[in-house]
Amino acid sequence: MSEIRETVITPKKGLLEFNLAEIWTYRDLLYLFVKRDVVTIYKQTILGPLWYLIQPLFTSVIFTLIFNNIAGIQTGGVNSFLFNLAGIVVWNYFADCINGTADTFKKNENIFGKVYFPRLIMPLSVIVSNLVKLGIQFFIFISFYIYFAFKGEVGALGWQIVFLPVFVFIMGLTGLGMGMMISALTTKYRDLIFLVQFGVQLLMYLSAVMYPIALAKEKLPTFLGNMVSYNPLAMVIDDLRKILFFGGQDFAIVNLAFPFITALLLFFFGLLLFNKTEKSFIDTI
Amino acid sequence: MAMNEELALKVEDVSKQYRLGLLGTGTISHDLNRWWHLARGKEDPYLLIGESNDRSTKGNSEYVWALKDINFEVKKGEVLGIVGKNGAGKSTLLKLLSNVTTPSTGKITMKGRVASLLEVGTGFHPELTGKENVFLNGAILGMTRKEIALKLQDIVEFSGCERYVDTPVKRYSSGMKVRLAFAVAAFLEPEILIVDEVLAVGDAEFQKKAIGKMKEVGQDGARTVLFVSHNMAAVKSLCTRAILLENGEIAHEGNTDEVINKYLVGSSNIENYKKLNLESSGFTLHELGVRSSLKNCEDPILANEVIQVFFKYTNTNKNLLHVNLKFKGEDGEVFMSTSSGHDESLIKLGENELIVSFPANFFNDGNFYMDLLVVEKRKIKIIEEFDILSFLINPEPKELGSWMGKEKGYIKGVFDWK
Repeated sequence: MSEIRETVITPKKGLLEFNLAEIWTYRDLLYLFVKRDVVTIYKQTILGPLWYLIQPLFTSVIFTLIFNNIAGIQTGGVNSFLFNLAGIVVWNYFADCINGTADTFKKNENIFGKVYFPRLIMPLSVIVSNLVKLGIQFFIFISFYIYFAFKGEVGALGWQIVFLPVFVFIMGLTGLGMGMMISALTTKYRDLIFLVQFGVQLLMYLSAVMYPIALAKEKLPTFLGNMVSYNPLAMVIDDLRKILFFGGQDFAIVNLAFPFITALLLFFFGLLLFNKTEKSFIDTI
Repeated sequence: MAMNEELALKVEDVSKQYRLGLLGTGTISHDLNRWWHLARGKEDPYLLIGESNDRSTKGNSEYVWALKDINFEVKKGEVLGIVGKNGAGKSTLLKLLSNVTTPSTGKITMKGRVASLLEVGTGFHPELTGKENVFLNGAILGMTRKEIALKLQDIVEFSGCERYVDTPVKRYSSGMKVRLAFAVAAFLEPEILIVDEVLAVGDAEFQKKAIGKMKEVGQDGARTVLFVSHNMAAVKSLCTRAILLENGEIAHEGNTDEVINKYLVGSSNIENYKKLNLESSGFTLHELGVRSSLKNCEDPILANEVIQVFFKYTNTNKNLLHVNLKFKGEDGEVFMSTSSGHDESLIKLGENELIVSFPANFFNDGNFYMDLLVVEKRKIKIIEEFDILSFLINPEPKELGSWMGKEKGYIKGVFDWK
């Protein structure tokens, strides 16, 4: 028994003290949490995992009817349903990540109050299980993409599509970072939780989900136009669509630098708050 | 680290402070003040104040010490009992030990994997099957999937839920959930196992099995167990050493019997005389007490004196009445019942006194509790009072040079030896 660990528990821990090795030893738990989330979410439902597809498809249809048919937003020759679907699938991943992690402490109060394991496992499992959902939704997007490609309503696919994982990574990391921050702050001050769901919804309208950034710059007052064009989430979605539909025109990989750095900063700051909170939140929640 | 090879756990000067009342207005200002002090490298201003945690008295400070200056060590392979009244700090201590929250001051050092069994079954997902939950719960407690897979058969067998392993846990009875959860933890094989009141649930058969398993765990010498319970019989049979917590401080530490006695004496108020007015079906009890036959109730009772229990009553009930007394020792279990019998002339009409005498050297020294039952027509309980009297029997003075310890058991008795 040479590998016996020694644990030392002391009052405060340093702000920058992360125990990442410990997370690795708990990787099986991460796997089982992901499995739990994926398996149980649609148990005892008739349509089961089909709900994964119904949500984005219906939202996309409704956006098309309202924003394209009624309001007349132009999508540059691309089928507007497909245009919206691309935005929604990517946006949904971000929204699910932030909503799923924002109440980490409150939701798991019971289990956190009884057993110790690295708390970070919980939000990480949310990010990963949402990745499964994203995968399924992206698959249905590809099916529609191929269908509309035959009808010639797609435009051209750029080679930069190989960067797709980077796009997903940025969305997930941003969601995780913001979610961790909110979850840490809500253990003491409950106000934020009311803001999240409604805030995320508002943010969607500023994130170029159902319109191109160029159009926002052109039609919105400068102030709002800037809010869209400097929104890292909008940049990610807009750039992804440039690759998917416009052959990667006006896209350079440096465009991703700003969203990438923002995501890293948010993640780091979120981790900091989360780390500080996890040790004693059970006394204040 | 500077920790003895033999030790599994070391707790040094550990304290935990809580803030009372609601979090709300004032929280931010205290937080800012605290942050400002810490930022300048000063001590947390709120750690200097605070009061001992006595639930029943109203304090002046908003801050309270749930635990204060706790120091103890546990050797490898030891089974340590932690006893104390509700609110003495047991749960807080366990929370600190299981790393759920951090102490306000002090340091805890532990060797090896720690698993806590605080309220089994947390983390069970109702929609998952028994088997899936075994994996999930095992992983939460720190096992790898491989380890669990190896032990799955044993776990399921021990729990006695073979038939239901592929059924969602939401269809389980509460007893089955507990069995399964306990089984997972019992096969976890951590170096330090923390157990809190789990034995209070489950039926008698399972309790026996669980205690057996815990004994086994404690005996092989490799694992250390911390056991918290209000069941003194369980603490007695499992633990080699114990700690008594009172108002967040260690009041006593030592061998299990000694600590349990301290706990019981401390928690019971000796009440060997009572004036009351207990009326039922025409029978009124005015006074009762226990005393040495030659002395008053206020005087201490010695084991070698004749002991009397007396009742003063007024009776207007013409039916046959009799009195039944049950005596309990420190573990709270009845060890003797005695009845006044069915002699109609014993409990008379009007105002009278009933006395029962126990011969000298009948009771062993120690703490006793008495339940009272007054029965009409041999079967109808008209009065039933639990722990109506509690009394302390002191050891008689012994000759110098003889053994001074306490004999085991509640009854001594003087018998004819030839």
